[in-house]
Amino acid sequence: MTLDDLDRAILRALVANADQSTTQLGQKLGLSQPATWRRIRRLQDAGIIAGRRLVLDAEKMGFGVTVFLGVKLATKGRVSLEDFERAVGAIPEVQTVDHVLGLYDYRLRVVARDLADFERVLRRRIMTMPGVGDVEANVLLSEERRPGPLLSGH
Amino acid sequence: MVILMLDDVDRRLLRLLQADPARGVPDLAEAVGATPARISRRLDRLRQDGVLLGSHAVIDWRAMGYSISVSLRITLDKTVARAFDDFIEAARAVPEVIEIQTFLGRVDVRLSLIARDLSDYQRIYRAQVLTLPHIADIEALMTVAAVKSDQGLPV
Repeated sequence: MTLDDLDRAILRALVANADQSTTQLGQKLGLSQPATWRRIRRLQDAGIIAGRRLVLDAEKMGFGVTVFLGVKLATKGRVSLEDFERAVGAIPEVQTVDHVLGLYDYRLRVVARDLADFERVLRRRIMTMPGVGDVEANVLLSEERRPGPLLSGH
Repeated sequence: MVILMLDDVDRRLLRLLQADPARGVPDLAEAVGATPARISRRLDRLRQDGVLLGSHAVIDWRAMGYSISVSLRITLDKTVARAFDDFIEAARAVPEVIEIQTFLGRVDVRLSLIARDLSDYQRIYRAQVLTLPHIADIEALMTVAAVKSDQGLPV
């Protein structure tokens, strides 16, 4: 599916705020409500808009620490990747799991109340999993999402 | 930072909304077993307190033709005072960068980069990544599969 500038403008607007109605969005872009709705529908059908995510203030809810872990599996070939993925994905504090190629096998995003809480999750839940070898932790200080290639002209 | 006290109803509401942010008040009221008016008041309070910040659309870059996703882990030359600022400012100008994170640890900055294919990645990497200022070391992790990506909080 090829996107035009209006499609990209719709995507940028919805990435910034998915709570706005098609009427509000259409008004901003100079489109009628039905035309806006049809375009959004087309982007959803094409799988480009994959869903919607709630934005919560993690710190205000008491989750003060986010850590990225690089995990290397120690006994490759003998550990089932599916078992590892299922077990690590079931830990509530583990927000994302990416299977990667490179220095590590998996990249995990872990949220915790504080560093002591993170240590508990790491020691009791992650390090105890079968096959976990080398682990590297980096504490997140700041994060910004970019519009990426959604800016017109790309 | 003030940590807000949330009760069971708040937590249930946030869990339901994390699973599906499009759920309306009547639907939430039924699921929680409270009146719609009460749910509306709760949601208003969570918004006023700055806990509930809204929602955003999730883009599937693969569906847009970007089949490659790479995590670039970068160590900066900290002998340069403005290393972080210069680097981040320049990284923002690369259209294929979709995330910029800074860290305390062995890695200083991480960029999430997308590309259409491997030759596109190689082009971006050479022309736009290696030319970013103050890089001391760089490592790439290529995403094979996103196993879990909901990013919800364990409320």
